[in-house]
Amino acid sequence: MSEVIVVTSGKGGVGKTTTTANVGTGLAAQGKSVVLIDTDIGLRNLDVVMGLENRIVYNLVDVIEGNCRVKQALIKDKRYPSLYLLPSAQTKDKTAVSPQQMKKLIADLKEKFDYILLDCPAGIEQGFKNAIAGADRALVVTTPEVSAIRDADRIIGLLEANEIRKMDLIVNRYRHDMMKRGEMMTIDDVVDILAIPLIGAVPDDENVVISTNQGEPLVGNTSGAGKAYYNIANRVMGEEIPLMEFERGFTLWARFTGLFHKV
Amino acid sequence: MHFLSFFRRKTSGTIAKDRLKILLISDRTNCSTETMEMIKNDIIAVISKYMKIDAESTEIQITQSKGRGNFTPSLSANIPILDLKKN
Repeated sequence: MSEVIVVTSGKGGVGKTTTTANVGTGLAAQGKSVVLIDTDIGLRNLDVVMGLENRIVYNLVDVIEGNCRVKQALIKDKRYPSLYLLPSAQTKDKTAVSPQQMKKLIADLKEKFDYILLDCPAGIEQGFKNAIAGADRALVVTTPEVSAIRDADRIIGLLEANEIRKMDLIVNRYRHDMMKRGEMMTIDDVVDILAIPLIGAVPDDENVVISTNQGEPLVGNTSGAGKAYYNIANRVMGEEIPLMEFERGFTLWARFTGLFHKV
Repeated sequence: MHFLSFFRRKTSGTIAKDRLKILLISDRTNCSTETMEMIKNDIIAVISKYMKIDAESTEIQITQSKGRGNFTPSLSANIPILDLKKN
């Protein structure tokens, strides 16, 4: 049975594309067949994060418009044979695709893949509507900042209104040291405010920039973010992996000792 | 003095959380601060017909029960009474 997951956030720049690339790669590493769809038409990005930008011949709009078959547009990943990318168009805009067309495309892909991951554009307009049209599940990405959380809350409301009930939260780019000092909302605070289940937290990690520079997802490596994404991919598959120390952001003990530091 | 200010100091993380809680309630209920102010003034006008109240310290806010599944916003008002009799 295949699952269609949209990765969304509302606000831009919080890590939707990085999350899509890493969770998708993590799922493929577990032997699942996965297709990543970049739905951000006009602002193509997932291909460079995956390091597949030189292999693009056809794109999402070509498939929708019938210029090619789906199979021709799918790009096979460099590392994992069960991982594919359907890139977005760079020269068209979001009106080139309708939610009905997306639903039809996803229905076709469902026959071939275990997981379909949709990288959603920022905002709540047409591009967002296209991305969520065929999804049965959502990963909501936010950072522990007021603006990102406010947008995530709005997105959660819109997903609910569109009958997407299965939603999980990813708190991205948290900083342990700042949480300890009380200068950043804790992961518990964010979960408390948004009131949807937490599927994982990813620390702010320079390795994310390095891996994006190289066009290699970092899932599964020894970096903090790599480990966090690996865990998230496993939890997406339904495995129960408890939140690890570094994912919890900070513990009661850290709060306790932090208090003494301040005095 | 510094020692006392430590206890009173609110960290920016707490400030962010408090701000968001208030902000999201109005976002979720689609109720602007102007509307809230109008509701508040109307409530004060009505209650004032029957008893003497402290309009200055009157506060109203929309709160919500926990969890999204049973999201039930409710309006709560805190109206200090100065005198139960009108005169």
